[in-house]
Amino acid sequence: MSATAPTSRSARSGPVEPVGPPDGSAATAAAAAVEVRGVSRRFASRSGDVVALSDVDLTVRAGEFVSLIGPSGCGKSTLLRLIADLDRPTGGELTVFGRPPHVARQNHDFGIAFQQAGLLPWRSVRANVELPLELHGTGRAARRARAAELLGLVGLADFADHRPDQLSGGMQQRVAIARALAESPSLLLMDEPFGALDEMTREHVQTELLRLRAESGAAVVFVTHSIPEAVYLSDRVVVMSARPGRVREIVPVALGSAGDRTEELREDDQFFDRVRAVREALHGTDPADGTARGVDQR
Amino acid sequence: MRRQVLTGTAGVISLVALWEGYKLLAPDDGVVVAGMTVLPRANDVAMPHLWDMAARAAAPVTSAPGADPLWLAVGQAAAFTLGVAAVGWVIGVTVGLLTATLMQRFRTAESALLPWVVLSQTVPLIALAPLVRRWGSQLEIGAFAWQDWMSVAVIASYLAFFPVSVGALRGLSSPDAVHVDLLRSYGVGWWRTYSTLRLPAAVPHLLPAVRLAAANAVVGAVVAEVSIGLRGGIGRMIVEFGASASADPAKQWSPIAGAVVVGLVAAGVCVLLSRALDRYRVSEVS
Ligand SMILES: Nc1ncnc2c1ncn2[C@@H]1O[C@H](COP(=O)(O)OP(=O)(O)OP(=O)(O)O)[C@@H](O)[C@H]1O
Ligand SMILES: [Mg+2]
Repeated sequence: MSATAPTSRSARSGPVEPVGPPDGSAATAAAAAVEVRGVSRRFASRSGDVVALSDVDLTVRAGEFVSLIGPSGCGKSTLLRLIADLDRPTGGELTVFGRPPHVARQNHDFGIAFQQAGLLPWRSVRANVELPLELHGTGRAARRARAAELLGLVGLADFADHRPDQLSGGMQQRVAIARALAESPSLLLMDEPFGALDEMTREHVQTELLRLRAESGAAVVFVTHSIPEAVYLSDRVVVMSARPGRVREIVPVALGSAGDRTEELREDDQFFDRVRAVREALHGTDPADGTARGVDQR
Repeated sequence: MRRQVLTGTAGVISLVALWEGYKLLAPDDGVVVAGMTVLPRANDVAMPHLWDMAARAAAPVTSAPGADPLWLAVGQAAAFTLGVAAVGWVIGVTVGLLTATLMQRFRTAESALLPWVVLSQTVPLIALAPLVRRWGSQLEIGAFAWQDWMSVAVIASYLAFFPVSVGALRGLSSPDAVHVDLLRSYGVGWWRTYSTLRLPAAVPHLLPAVRLAAANAVVGAVVAEVSIGLRGGIGRMIVEFGASASADPAKQWSPIAGAVVVGLVAAGVCVLLSRALDRYRVSEVS
């Protein structure tokens, strides 16, 4: 790839969403960030096939924050890996900004963060943040400036020259998020990035992520096990069911634009309302069973 | 560092004490039970005093006029052997790393090569040395003619490459799946993944392998010198002086000490190498 300044990244096909994400209302005619059409993923194994995903449909608009929630093993990670082109579907079709995932990957259209921070232990915190820029040929000075900016954003400016193992788990995770943001991607893919954090750090980093996302206007696909986390962060929550992995219901939650959401929201009645709605969707029986879903469920 | 120097010094002192103490206490002719020597002889021919060895090292090699002092001749021989072992070590490490890279890159190469790598080490050195020499001597390309020292270096490299190829293979395969996925998500190819992830991650596995390779190269060079009959090295010198041990018992201990020094220098180089690669030795974080 030729040298590309990180900021010129956004010069991609289709008009880019203006900064300040739409709250689900400002649907655009431009290519969606992620378009999933009838996707299946079947893993062949000696003890029979495992259907991780079956006929999944999902559209994530540009600038939209979508969480995936569901029981363990329902295929959340698998779906994220398909979008990131770390795996291929056995059926159906995916596009990222209107292009096949492998093209999007080659174009560095998305940033990615996993449950493990996955920092390279022999690189300093700064060099870890610079890694994608370095691999894609950004000049030294531009790299340094961008890393300094990002580390400031995640509140780790003083730790640029530290080694990852000198940082706490939460700090490492923030470095990983800074690294995912390094190329100002229009799409962020995150697989339980806060799974290993304690509650206090977790809430803090969540608010931080909202702020970062409000500033960058990126679309986010966010895998989580926590209902409050999904509600607090998302515009829409995708509730999945297990075996085979399916989208059971999509719950719109958007509690004000990302920039406006503050810690107080966690105490808000509206918030509890949405949490209940997601929980009911998660625990409810399938309409196919004929039983009313969500009735007398807490 | 200071602790290493201290333990090293303590080791040398206890060795000296052991040697002289045994000489003092044990009977001159050793202890023989039912025709079997249970304890070695402690007379001046079998175990000369350390100060006799030192004095002998300072004296000329032979009685011939103008002969070099023994320590100088031993030093030259040690340097020669060290040089040959170093060539063997470099070749061995390079070939080991290349084999491991090939095995890591292509799964089929691993299943095809690994058994041969392991099998190669079962061929005894003594059987191999004359073969290498014979093959080498048939090699003549233009002005290039095969030298005996090259055979010795090849044998040293043959012993050195094994631990490196096995250690490097394990090291190159050691990165976590999340790191491999991360680099894949950046859309970089095999080579960039190798240089930014696999190779640095392999260092903690490579360093012990490289140390072992150095020890193997030195032993291989000394033994191969003897079995090929290469002149000028420390191995040959030990055998030569050993033949005249009854007349001049203290003389053969100088090249033995020289061989020890060669080993120590090789180990020292490896310590420096570890230092240089220190930042890659951090334990893995998640
Ligand atoms: N590489 C693989 N080979 C075989 N089966 C796999 C593979 N990856 C995932 N699976 C299977 O696919 C199903 C979905 O896995 P996935 O990791 O996507 O679940 P998940 O929703 O992320 O679960 P969790 O919440 O526990 O992370 C599981 O039943 C799992 O066993
Ligand atoms: Mg998962």
